[in-house]
Amino acid sequence: MEKKNNPVAEGIISKEEFTQNWLQFLTEFLSGSKGFYILLILSGLIILISAMFGVNAMYVGYSHVYGIYREIPWGILISGYVFFVVTSTGLCIISSIGHVFGVKSLLPIAKRSVYLSVVTLLAGFMVIFFDVENPFRMAIWNALSPNPTSNIWWMGTLYGAYLVFMSIEFLLLLIAKYRYAMVAGLLGLISGIAAHSNLGAVFGMLHGREFWYGPYMPIYFIASAAASGCTAIIFFTYLGYRIRNERFDKPMELALQAVGKLWALLLAVLMFFVTWKVITGFAGAEGKVLAIREWLFGKYAINFWFFEVFLGLVAPFFLLLVSRFRNLNQMFVASLLAFIGIFFMRVDLVVIGQIVSHFFEYNVTDFPVILTYKPTLHEIMLIIGACALCVFSFLIGEKVFKGHHTEIH
Amino acid sequence: MNWKKFFKNLKMEEQGCVPDETKREFLKIGLIITGVAAGGSLLNVVSVVAEGLATSEEVHKEYPYKPHYSMVFRVDRCIDCELCVEACNQTNNVPEYGWRTKILERVDTKAVDQQRQFMPILCNHCNNPPCVRACPTKATYKDKQTGIVKMASYKCIGCKTCMVACPYDARYFNEEKRAIDKCDFCWESRLSKGMKITACSEACPAGVRIFGDLSDPNSEVYKIVHQMGKAVWVLKPETGAKPNVFYTIG
Repeated sequence: MEKKNNPVAEGIISKEEFTQNWLQFLTEFLSGSKGFYILLILSGLIILISAMFGVNAMYVGYSHVYGIYREIPWGILISGYVFFVVTSTGLCIISSIGHVFGVKSLLPIAKRSVYLSVVTLLAGFMVIFFDVENPFRMAIWNALSPNPTSNIWWMGTLYGAYLVFMSIEFLLLLIAKYRYAMVAGLLGLISGIAAHSNLGAVFGMLHGREFWYGPYMPIYFIASAAASGCTAIIFFTYLGYRIRNERFDKPMELALQAVGKLWALLLAVLMFFVTWKVITGFAGAEGKVLAIREWLFGKYAINFWFFEVFLGLVAPFFLLLVSRFRNLNQMFVASLLAFIGIFFMRVDLVVIGQIVSHFFEYNVTDFPVILTYKPTLHEIMLIIGACALCVFSFLIGEKVFKGHHTEIH
Repeated sequence: MNWKKFFKNLKMEEQGCVPDETKREFLKIGLIITGVAAGGSLLNVVSVVAEGLATSEEVHKEYPYKPHYSMVFRVDRCIDCELCVEACNQTNNVPEYGWRTKILERVDTKAVDQQRQFMPILCNHCNNPPCVRACPTKATYKDKQTGIVKMASYKCIGCKTCMVACPYDARYFNEEKRAIDKCDFCWESRLSKGMKITACSEACPAGVRIFGDLSDPNSEVYKIVHQMGKAVWVLKPETGAKPNVFYTIG
């Protein structure tokens, strides 16, 4: 009977082993330092406070407390969702090079990456939960009334599958069943890439929105995810070792160097993408030109030039070169800057696509040509809460799973 | 797909093979499409309906819906009295924070003579509606019989993708319904109960809003759209949504 109830655990490891593992995790968790618990409680508190903001928003009505409105219905919560799921997919893509495709030098980063890809995906789901007006209906009607032409439907469904595969993969890595983990990892990778390019297509297939429309978005999303994955791996691995006060061992150092090189390449690819997005944008239809102009020279100029270009692309690229992919401190700073830049990339990507008024070409007095959007405290708190959820889960992960060490076979 | 017709057309691709009748029909459409400019922008008729601009029986049969509900605005007659908006709000219980139809004001201070024009807008019930394609749960759908873009509110998850997708700003989130709300050509409140026209077109004192069946040669919308004397255009034709709401003057 028991075997039927829990086939995975029973089939792969014995029940005793399973219980022992969990007991080990518990004792490990209880052995933390003071600083660890303080950080944990702090991030837990932030999650709690942001959840209160979220529940309050649900109760009062999103339109009353969020900065979104009829003409700009997607705000920084959608950006936040994109930010977290991009990171999640990126972690999956980069780490799969090692544990799915067998590149040994990247194996040490596998466990932490898979764990964090689940965590960041859940953070994304948390944000979208407080953005979608009827999240409970979603589960029902996504299954009962699917629309195969809708990218949102594909994205939601595929990300659901991705979450399951990645969770299974993590459990399998944990109990050192690497061959099974590889299969789960491959399925996770396929569903993740399919889901993520569909997220790009959510924007890219809106034929009424010139800034987004076209095949650029799904392709850019995958390239951008891979770059974000490198950022996250360097950022969290470095922090993980610092928190545990461990010295980097040689395989991990080599793995991070490899990720760093890959990242530099991907940053160059992204620079190429952004450059051509801008140049082709200026040669496009009037609505697109207006949006690009506002992005580069209008209210979003600081977002673009300082956050997106400098912090998100140029500074990390040069820091990586300066570090010669060896100085991990410099690489960590690069990843920190890039993370900030990437968030602004997501904000701009979502908001700029909506700022040009629907009726700009008709000289109407009812709407300005360029619409404005300003995030509110509720929206910002929810993003902070999702970040805190990542930190909280990251801390627990580092402690309970003892730094996610992987034996190389 | 009518394969016989397809191959016949394919054969006729060579220039010399096009029958005179087809050439004439093509010219008619071309005249209407290119002959119209207003407010500095070229306005043209590119709905699927454009295929039906010629009056031949064959083309007439190709209207995808029956009745093919449509609305034409005679914009120069609009005085912004907003009786239409009021009627719509009352008939369809539209809350204060939302609208199903709205009257926009166009201003061109450099225009000769008249410098202001009112432009009513509502859902264009497009033949290729971006909102319907994007909705994950088919909460918004194109009615197979009438072509009206309707809402199944109970399926709406409130993701707002349809709001972003709509080129005409025709959708808003209705808090009372917990769903997106939009113009349904008064289907729920009037047409399904046997009434013939929408509340807004009934309330308009200036005869701006003409509502009817675009596939019926006896209806006024048919007569306005299928003529060559006056310009007829649609909004934002470049999106490819193929709207069923037309604009004309006079």
